[in-house]
This record gives sequence, structure tokens and C-alpha cells, in this order.
Amino acid sequence: MTTTDERPAGFENNDHKPIGHGRMLRKEDPRFIRGRGNYVDDVQLPGMLHCAILRSPVAHARIVSIDTSAAEAHPKVKAVVTGAALTELGLAWMPTLSGDVQAVLATDKVRFQGQEVAFVVAEDRYAARDALELIDVEYDVLDPVVDVRTALDPSAPVIRDDLDGKQNNHIFDWETGDEAATEAVFASADVVVSEDIVYPRVHPAPMETCGCVAEYDRIDSRLTLWSTSQAPHAHRTLYAIVAGLPEHKIRVISPDIGGGFGGKVPIYPGYVCAIVGSIVTGKPVKWMEDRSENLTSTGFARDYIMRGEIAATRDGRILAVRTNVLADHGAFNGVAAPVKYPAGFFGVFTGSYDLQAAYCKMTAVYTNKAPGGVAYACSFRITEAVYLIERIVDCLAYELEMDPVELRIKNFIQPDQFPYRTKTGWVYDSGDYEPTMRKALELAGYEELRREQVERRARGELMGIGVSFFTEAVGAGPRKDMDILGLGMADGCELRVHPTGKAVVRLSVQSQGQGHETTFAQIVAEEIGIPPADIDVVHGDTDQTPFGLGTYGSRSTPVSGAAAALVARKVRDKARIIASGMLEVSVADLEWVKGAFHVKGDPEKSVTIQDIAMRAHGAGDLPEGIEGGLEAQICYNPENLTYPHGAYICVVDIDPGTAQVKVRRFVAVDDCGTRINPMIIEGQVHRGLTDGVGMALMEMIAFDEDGNCLGGSLMDYLIPTALEVPDWETGFTVTPSPHHPIGAKGVGESATVGSPPAIVNAVVDALKPFGIRHADMPLTPSRVWDAMRGVPRPPV
Amino acid sequence: MQVPAPVEYERATSVDHAIGLLERLGGAARIVAGGHSLLPMMKLRLASPEYLIDINDLHGELGYIRVEQAEVRIGAMTRHRELLESGELAEVFPVFRDAERVIADPVVRNRGTLGGSLCQADPSEDLSAVCTTLGASCVIRGGAGERVVTMEEFYRGPYETAVEDAEMLVEIRIPVRPGGSSAYEKVERRAGDWAIVSAGAAVWLDGGLIADARVGLAAVGPNTTGLPAVSDALRGREPSEELYEQAGTLAAENCSPVTDMRGSADYKRHLAKELTGRALRRSVARINERG
Repeated sequence: MTTTDERPAGFENNDHKPIGHGRMLRKEDPRFIRGRGNYVDDVQLPGMLHCAILRSPVAHARIVSIDTSAAEAHPKVKAVVTGAALTELGLAWMPTLSGDVQAVLATDKVRFQGQEVAFVVAEDRYAARDALELIDVEYDVLDPVVDVRTALDPSAPVIRDDLDGKQNNHIFDWETGDEAATEAVFASADVVVSEDIVYPRVHPAPMETCGCVAEYDRIDSRLTLWSTSQAPHAHRTLYAIVAGLPEHKIRVISPDIGGGFGGKVPIYPGYVCAIVGSIVTGKPVKWMEDRSENLTSTGFARDYIMRGEIAATRDGRILAVRTNVLADHGAFNGVAAPVKYPAGFFGVFTGSYDLQAAYCKMTAVYTNKAPGGVAYACSFRITEAVYLIERIVDCLAYELEMDPVELRIKNFIQPDQFPYRTKTGWVYDSGDYEPTMRKALELAGYEELRREQVERRARGELMGIGVSFFTEAVGAGPRKDMDILGLGMADGCELRVHPTGKAVVRLSVQSQGQGHETTFAQIVAEEIGIPPADIDVVHGDTDQTPFGLGTYGSRSTPVSGAAAALVARKVRDKARIIASGMLEVSVADLEWVKGAFHVKGDPEKSVTIQDIAMRAHGAGDLPEGIEGGLEAQICYNPENLTYPHGAYICVVDIDPGTAQVKVRRFVAVDDCGTRINPMIIEGQVHRGLTDGVGMALMEMIAFDEDGNCLGGSLMDYLIPTALEVPDWETGFTVTPSPHHPIGAKGVGESATVGSPPAIVNAVVDALKPFGIRHADMPLTPSRVWDAMRGVPRPPV
Repeated sequence: MQVPAPVEYERATSVDHAIGLLERLGGAARIVAGGHSLLPMMKLRLASPEYLIDINDLHGELGYIRVEQAEVRIGAMTRHRELLESGELAEVFPVFRDAERVIADPVVRNRGTLGGSLCQADPSEDLSAVCTTLGASCVIRGGAGERVVTMEEFYRGPYETAVEDAEMLVEIRIPVRPGGSSAYEKVERRAGDWAIVSAGAAVWLDGGLIADARVGLAAVGPNTTGLPAVSDALRGREPSEELYEQAGTLAAENCSPVTDMRGSADYKRHLAKELTGRALRRSVARINERG
């Protein structure tokens, strides 16, 4: 790996042991590296039973009958539950995060292949699975709606006949921007370019699948749920609402989570099945998805069919952008996004450019496919938005015969325009785009690459250089605008300093591998001067932590990170008063130097935070009005989102004979404001870039015409390996967020958002000699070959 | 976790023991060698044998590579990694090392075997294409003794071989002829994936002319495909770009790919041509480098 400015060779340089921000090794890694992580599937309870779910083999069918007698007769089976049984409990349907309902177990029809039909609870995993084969379901197979383009045809079968009066497959229409103003700009523009752009359905495919262990205590009426959840508090509240259990009797524990990427935000039917299984049997019940279940039934991502249009002057001034989107939401609208944002944050499709007008119209429809839509590190649909704008800007560059970098720089929002209100109403907090772009160009040696490309083209070789520039919108969000099912998107934080000066900080967000135990210790350390090693970070247990909405949409640092900094400052304020008593001076005469207060002008007279902690808990009087102890708690409501940005450059080579794409180089310059732990940031960026290679070149959840999912295993759904990715070259600039207490912006999803267009732009650039302006992902060898022959096909 | 259906399991202590078990258990039994095809199929419940006969203890008896004057004999339990690492084998048939470099990943190669690969009879399987290319023959043993079949006879369709219920593949024999070399070309969507298409080639030169040549393709038909028409067109000719082009065209014409997730039939046909040409070119270059 190569990183400029900051990291000399050698891993020891990652461990500066900073008391605050800086490179340090992750506190959680020793247990992961030594195999001592504790995941949901590691949870073993006395008498624990196992749940397995029978799933629909077809995409669309009416259930005629279900015979469970043979399964119930299996000697190891303790319970078999169908939709009919759940109906009696009032649990057959549950609300989704988007105001729709989803079947926990199908009662009337199955609506996608892989949908939950019944479950078995048995003594072990094997018996539970064997018993599924003893359940006899008779299906009356119906025509499925597979192609989203035909979902609204009058002749299309109605998927959601469970909804009163539903006569079609329409979910919602949504628009943003000013249609008339945009049309006016388009009508008078020199140049208008339009392109059909598909962002195929993909899946986050975390290493750990979803699952839970439910333990319902009949005596105490208490439910404990160990769960693969990115949002344990939100889940607890939803279980209380769905199942009618009192919230104080529910404890949700998210132990170590093996990757989430948004796929572990929703509540899946399997969790509810395990809970019901425990209530019915009186025993703890474990349910862990297998890989195929994960890929075919849990939250997919993307699946937007977009028509992008861009209007510009002949000399390359971008005037307006317009798009029309057809969104495939699957059989239930299970999008996990703030309520007022049915299309997530797709409204930032105006990108990093200063436009005169913009407009988007979107239609969302049901199809006979798994529900979901917001996952895979998408920042609530910003992946789709950034892909659209960065692809269509390249199409414009192609038509204007302009260098794509020059075109972008010419249209950037300028530093003095921030805070910048976009034509779709988003207020970008801060940004300084051109230096970030220039840095990427310099790292890549852009001019030299273009020269090399000319030489290679003359020899018949296919080399492409792709650029993308993205602005993200992360850290949802201000509670006046953003809530999930009525729960405001603010996050609590508690900090307690023990008498010996060690501390514990309790978070409402939930790490799935991001390194919260390190980053949050560093945030607190920076503010109160206690070394990160002395700060325990507690998260993932609703009994142990304050309320908050969890980790997704790159929100941990923008929201919870702010809470951690502010709660530490609150503790420091109290420490200052105690210090003034200890040093017998007024508060105004104290100066804070990280870790200690000293008397202004007399550095010898000082007390450390550890001294203060002992005094706060110890003998002797405290200053008047000050209670004992050294702790605080807050709930942070963000004033705005944070808007990180970045410039990515990708270099590819394509084998002209086989159409195989090789990513030769990838330069990523990210600006996420203040950098807390650069090593962790780089790790997140590396991960997201790898995602980008996957999406751009190989990943797609495809279906055949009967609605059978063709991506049900990792043999069919490909994710990239180390051999498909280059040696990542990363760099950074720092434009702090003006409203975040430490100036930090989120970064977890930046690379996933920013890299696919850079890679696709590079492939399309390589294919320029064939007259290609656009080709859709995934750019597998076969599809690249199609493009080379002038017949690029949309993915199906 | 994907879990297989209940299965009985026994470890064979000798080839005769394994065959005895097969005779007794009949079609309900399956031999497991490396297990990298069978076990995933069992976990997906695409295969549910009642009995598994584990022959991994037979590696001592069936794990060998013997390079002799007139033929190379390779035991069915020889693991991918051993094929990859054998310098002796790479010397005579570099096509093996070419192929092993692109077969799956180190975890699979440490465990998977030559015999298991061939018996799986996957149309996309690389070692089947290698053996087809080299005109190998397969030694099948049963209670009544051994029989030897050609690769063409060995394959009866996708996932079907000439090995009967109470028999097992024990050895592969490959004839060695002077003046030859070989090469393997594969296009895959991602490292470790099955081939979109792959092509093996073996060429023997005599006085600058092609004395014999063979091409074997994977993933473009019900089984890996040998192409006699290509051999006929190449024999007696001087190697040249035009000849490779011609051979590639013949390869493309004589295969039967289908469109699937890996690629369109047209693209696969194109690859059959492209890769056949590349494999022939590289084989000839290897002979010429050797001088």
C-alpha cells in the first residue's frame, strides 16, 4: 500500500500510542486475530434449540396447503410453526422500516423465491434442517413479475393483493428539484446528453450471515436477544412495538458483528421466528442463516434503472442535471431510510458541481424479488446518485471531446460558496474540491498516464483512465428532518471516569468491524487526556448503553463521535471546577494542556485528570455545588449532515483478445475532515475500493425469467479477492466540518460510493476506440466483449 | 451454516477395502477424496449419499507422479498442490503447471485430487481438459480387476463417467513422445472461479513441422472436448499465425457452448478460438525455447 505524507514503511508506524487522534493499532484486533471474537453463532446457552426456516422454491405462488405432520413426528423436532399459527399470535406480518408490511411467514402467497414459509425448532441444526424436507407445501404457481420495466403494465400480475384495494405494483412516486426550471435550462442549452444507466442489484454479502439467539424467560417475561444487529436500540423498540412486549423487558445484545454494510439494519423474519420459537418452546433458540439464505433473502442493494440527462454549454459549463428513475424494491418495501426520504439521499445526484437547475422523478415498484434496497455501504442511495452524476459527466466529456478532469474542475462548487445549497435542497457543510482533485492527479501522474495511453492506443492496446469525484452526505441526521419509524436519529453517549483515572464510554452505535473500540477511545482521549488504552468502549447491549439509532450510513463518527467528544468536554468542564478547588485558584486561572490543568503562568502547579478523578471520588470537600463522581451523559442531535468528498482515479488494461479487465492502479484521495485514526480510515477506504471493484466488474444478483435467483451462492455471486485488486494508493486532504465538534466527517462508505464510477469510467475510456460512451456494470469479460462489438447490453 | 443430510462414513484402508465397501453398499455410497466438490454439493443438498467412503488414507498408495520414458503415470489421489509443485511433471507436460496455477485457490489445491477432479466430470473442469489435451487414459479398478479407457470413453456426459458403482479410478496414464510441449489458457471471471472457457494445447514438432497436435477445451460442451478436426488441420504444417488462426476457427466451430452467468455462447465461442490460438502459440514457443 502507498500513502503519501503520513506513513513511512513498517507496521510499527501504525502504533504511535497517541493520547488522542493519530495512528494506533486497533484495540479490538488482538481478540480477533487470536480467534477470541464472540459472534452470535458463538453463543451457546444451556438447553438451546435450533431454528431452520423453510423457504419458497418459487417466486410467486398461492399457498394451497401446508402439511407439517411428518416434520412434527421427527424425534428431535420441538415445534413446527406456519403462517397460520403466527396469524393466531398476531405476528404473521410485521412493519418494515418504510411504512409497508412484510410477511414473517407467508400466509396467503409467496412473493419471492426464498421467502419464509414455515420454521422448525429442533434439538440441533441438522435435525432442524432435515425436518424442513418433511414439510409438504402445495403451491399454485402464479406468473411472476421479474423485469421491473414491465411491473406497471396493466397486464402484470398484482403482487401485493394483501394490501386493501391494491390493483397494481406501484409503491410510490417521488420527485425532487424544480421540474419547470430544469426544463427551461435544458430547452436553451447548447448541448444535452442523455444515457440509460443501470445500477444492478447487488448484495452486501458480509462474512457473517444474519442470525440471533432468542431467550424468552417465561417467569420474568423477559426477552434477551443476541442478534446480528447494526442498531440494537432501534431493534429493541421495534420488537416492543411489533411483538407487544414491554420495552423494559427486552434486551438486545449485538456481540461482535462480522460485517454489516447495511444488511443488518432491518429486522428480518428469521429474528421474529427465533423469538416466537423461544416463546413457544420455553427454551433459548438459535437461528443462523446459511450463505444461500443470506444472499437470496436478506437486504439487497441498488437496483435502480436510471435515465440520466445533462445540459451544458459548448465550452463545458454544466447547467443542469435531470434523471428519471425506476426503482425495483422487491416484494415488500423494506428500504431502511429516514421516513421522509423514500429514495434515501438520492437527492444529492447533483454531485460536486455548481448547477443552475436539477430535477429527479422516481417511481418505485414491487417485483417478485427479495425486499431491501438500502445496503452495501450505500449511504442511503448515494452510491446510485454518485454513479449517475459521475457517469453522465463522463458522457458529456465524451461528447464535448473534453478531458473529464478539466470538465469536472471547471464546474466544481467553489470553496467560498460553502455552505452550499444544492438545487435539490441539500446544504453541503464544507468543501475545497480542487486541491483534492489536484492531489489525486499528482499521485496518479495523470498527464503521464494520458501520454502512455496515446502510445498504447497506437499499438492497438486498450488502456483506460477513469476519474470520479464524489460528495457524500453522511451522519443522519438532524431530528427535525430525519427519523426511522418515528425514532429521531440522535445518539446518546455516557462517559464515566473511575477513581483511578481509567474510564468507560458507552455508545449507542454498533461496530461491525469499523474499529469503534479504538476510534471512540481516541476521541475521548483527545478531549480529556486519558490514554486510549485506559478507556473501555462499551457498545452493542441495550442494557448497558444509552439510546441511539446505531451504525449505518457512515453515521458513527458524525453523530456518535460528536456525542463522545461533547460528553468528554462535559466531564472536562466538571474536572476543571474540581481542579480549581484542588489548586485553590479560580476556574478562569486554569489552563488545560491535554491531560492536566495547570495554573496560568505557573505550569508547575498542576493536577492531572487522574488526580482529579481520585479527588472526585475521594475524601475531602469538593467545590461548592459540585457532586461527587466524574461522569456525564448527553444525547447529540446533529445540526446537519457532514459532506466528505474525494477524488478517485483508476487505470485499467483490457486484453483485446479476451476482453478481461485488469485494474492496474487505483488512486484514492479522500477528504473526511479531521482524521481520528488514519490507519482505520485507510482500512475502511481499502475495503470500499474493493467493494467497488466487485460491483463494477463482477457482482450482480440476477434472476431468470421465472424469478429464480441466480446468485444464491458465492460460486454464483462473485466477490473480489486480493488478486482482482491493485495495490491501493491513498492520499488525503482535510476540510473540517464546521458544525461537528471535532470537524470530523464520516468515511466508512466513501470508497464504496466513489469507486464504481471511477472503474466504469476507466473501462469505458479504454473502449473509446470502439466508439463506446457507456456500458453497464458488471463489466464481466463477456459483457465487455459485447461492448467492444458495439452491442453493449443492459444487465438482466 | 449449510448442513448435509445424515450420512454414514467409513475410512478405507486400502483400494481393495474401498472397492469391497462399494460392492457391498452399491449406488448409495460415494467415494470422497479431497471433498471440495462433493461436500459443497452435500451441504447444498444437491447430493445426499447414504454412505461416504473416505479414501484420504490411500494417499500413500495412490498419491504419486511417475515420469517414465514412454509414459507418465499419476495416482488418482495425487493432490493439486503436488501436481503444481512437481518440477518433473512440468518438464514433460508444462500444461499441468499452467492449469494448476489457475485452479481454485490454495485451500482447494491442498486437498483436491486429480482423480476427484476427473470423476466429478464437470464440463468446466480444468484437469479434465488437460488430460483430454494430452490423450490420457484412465485406469479403473473394480472387484474383477483393472480396465483402461480413453478420456473420450471415460466421459459419458456432464457429471457422468465410465466408473461404475463398484469401481474407482486409480491412475491416469499419459503417453510421452519426444519433441513436444504444451500449454494451458483460461479465462475466468475472477481468480478461483470455474473457467468461462479454457483451452489446453499440446504440440509435437519434427523438423520444424507439426508432427502432431492436440487441443482440449473446457466449458464449451457437455464434457471437456478433444478436437480431432484441429489435430487433422495442424499435422504436417509449419507453425504460423495463420495456422493458429485457422486452428482457433476450427475450435470455435467444433464446440457447443451455451449462454449462462459466465458469458454468452458467442463470447465463449470467441474465447475458444482466441485461447486455442494462444495455447498453440505458447506450446510451440516452449519447444523452440528448449531448442
